[in-house]
Amino acid sequence: MKTGTLKQILLITDGCSNQGGDPVAMAALAKEQGITINVIGVMENDVIDEKGMQEIEGISMSGGGISQIVYAQSLSQTVQMVTRKAMTQTLQGVVNRELKHILGRNTSMEELPPDQRGEVMEVVDELGETVDLDVLILVDTSASMKHKLPTVKEALLDLSLSLNARMGNNQFSVFVFPGKRKDVEKLLDWTPRLESLTSIFSKLSVGGITPTAPAIKEAIAYFNKKRSLRGLLSRDDEQYFEESI
Amino acid sequence: MNNTLKSQYKFRPGTVINGKWNKNYYTLIHELGYGANGMVYLAESKQGYVALKMSDNAMSITSEVNVLKSFSKVPGSTLGPSLLEIDDWETQNNRIPFYVMEYIHGPDLLTFVQKKGSGWSDVLILQLLSDLDRLHQEGWVFGDLKPENLIVTGPPTRIRCIDVGGTTMIGRAIKEYTEFFDRGYWGAGSRKAEPSYDLFAAAMVMINLAYPKRFQKQGDGFIQLKKAIQAKPELAEHREILWKAINGKYSNALEMRKDLLKNISHGSVGNPDSSSSVKGISTKPKKTGSASRVKRRRQSKFTSFLETIMIILVISFLYILYVYDHLM
Repeated sequence: MKTGTLKQILLITDGCSNQGGDPVAMAALAKEQGITINVIGVMENDVIDEKGMQEIEGISMSGGGISQIVYAQSLSQTVQMVTRKAMTQTLQGVVNRELKHILGRNTSMEELPPDQRGEVMEVVDELGETVDLDVLILVDTSASMKHKLPTVKEALLDLSLSLNARMGNNQFSVFVFPGKRKDVEKLLDWTPRLESLTSIFSKLSVGGITPTAPAIKEAIAYFNKKRSLRGLLSRDDEQYFEESI
Repeated sequence: MNNTLKSQYKFRPGTVINGKWNKNYYTLIHELGYGANGMVYLAESKQGYVALKMSDNAMSITSEVNVLKSFSKVPGSTLGPSLLEIDDWETQNNRIPFYVMEYIHGPDLLTFVQKKGSGWSDVLILQLLSDLDRLHQEGWVFGDLKPENLIVTGPPTRIRCIDVGGTTMIGRAIKEYTEFFDRGYWGAGSRKAEPSYDLFAAAMVMINLAYPKRFQKQGDGFIQLKKAIQAKPELAEHREILWKAINGKYSNALEMRKDLLKNISHGSVGNPDSSSSVKGISTKPKKTGSASRVKRRRQSKFTSFLETIMIILVISFLYILYVYDHLM
C-alpha cells in the first residue's frame, strides 16, 4: 500500500489568537488539502482560559488532528505522543478507506472480528514505522510564551529524536509567529534534523500579538511550495484516497 | 480527556461483561489500574480470577493483544501475562473492545523491595535480565520498563510484567516510554528498539530502587547519573555494571546478568554476615562491597608483617644474648 508522505502542522501556543481571522476555518482549509493540524496548549503558572481552550480544540478538530493541554514540564513527552498518535490516526483512516474499498461500504476496522482486527493493526503499525513524514512546527512567540521557549526547544529536539528512530524519513520545518517584521517568520527550512534549532532559538525575540490564522495559512502555502518542487506524486495519492471514500 | 475516559469506563462491581464473539461472561470485582490506554479490572470468569482490560481505542488494545499473542509463542517466557481472549462488549449505546489476560497478583517492585529489604533487589534484577534476554532473542524490546510495570508474585518469588503497551519489534521506534527510564531523555542514545535500550532502563530501575522518589534531569545527564550512583553504596558497588549499561556497552542482557552475578557473589565472599543470605546472595549488599574486602586483605598483610618483625627481633635478641654469653 502506498500512502505518500504524511503532512502535519504542529501548533504550539498558550492562548487565543487575536489577529488575522479565524484559525479554525484556516485549519479546515488545511485538512481539505490533506494536511493534519495538531495543537498543543502549554501552561505554566498561568491557565488557558475557556476561549483559548475552545480555539485549541476547534483548530485540531477541524484540522483532523489531536489537541492536548499540558504543563510545560511534560511538554516533551506530549509533543512526541501527539505527533505519533495523529500519524496513527491518519494511517488508520487510510487503511479504513482501503478496507471499505475492498469489503464494501459499511466495513471499518472496528467492525471486524478481533483476530482480523489484529492483522489490520499490524499493517497500520508497519506503515507508521515506514511512512515518510513532514512536520511543520508553528511556535507562538507572543510575549507570554517567552519563558516557555527553552522548554519548547527541548521538546522539539526530543521530537526529532523520537521520530528519527523510525525507519521512514522525516522532514521538519519551524516557523514562529509573530515574526520580526511579518506575521510569520521561517526559522528553519525543511531538514531531517532539528539540532540546528539550539542556536537559533536563543536569539528569538517575542512580540505582542498572536496571529494564528495567518500563521496556518503561511504553513499551508509552504507545504504546497514543497509539493510543487517535489513533483506531483504525493498529490496523486491524496486524490486517489479521496475518490475511494 | 483522561477524565472523560475514566468516568466512561467506570463500572460498578458486579457488572457482567459478555463478549460478542466468543460469548464468555465476566463479572467485574474491582478496579486494578488505570493506564493511558484504558482501564484494567479484576474479574471472575469460569476459569477463576482474570484481569480484564477495556479501552475506547480499539486500535491501541489490538496492538497490545498482538504483542501478547507473540509472547505466548515464546517458550518458557513468564515475563508478560498470558492472553486468554479478545472480544467486544456491546452495551445499549456503545461497543467496548476488551481483552482478558492472566491475573498477576502481588506488590509492584518498589513496594516489594521497600518492604522485604534491598537484598531482594539483586535477585529480582537477575530474574528480570534473563527474561529480557529471552524476549530480545524473540525479536522484541520491552520498551516501557519501570517498577510500576513490574509485579513480584510468589511464592516462589518471581518478577513479572503487567503492561506490554511499550513492547516494540527490534529495529523499530520505541512505542511508549517513561522519561526517567528512557535513554533518549538522558541524552544517552536513540529511541530505536534494541536490547541496549532495555538494559539502560534496567540500570535505571536499579537506580530508582535506591532513589524511590526519582529525580529530574539537570544539565548533563551523564554527570548527574554518575553522581547519583556514587552517592548510594548499594549502587556504588555495581557502578561498573551500571555505567556500562547506561553507556550502551552491553549488547545483550546475559552479559549484564553475568557481570552482575559475578559482582554479587564476589562481594559476599569473606563477609561473615552473609550467612543469612538468600540463595547464596547476601541480604546486606551494602556491607559486602569490595572496599571492605580490600581493607581486610590489607589488614591481614599488616599482621603477617608484624609477625615477621617479631620473629626476627626475638631471634636477634637470642643471638645477641648468645654472642654476649660467649664474649664474657
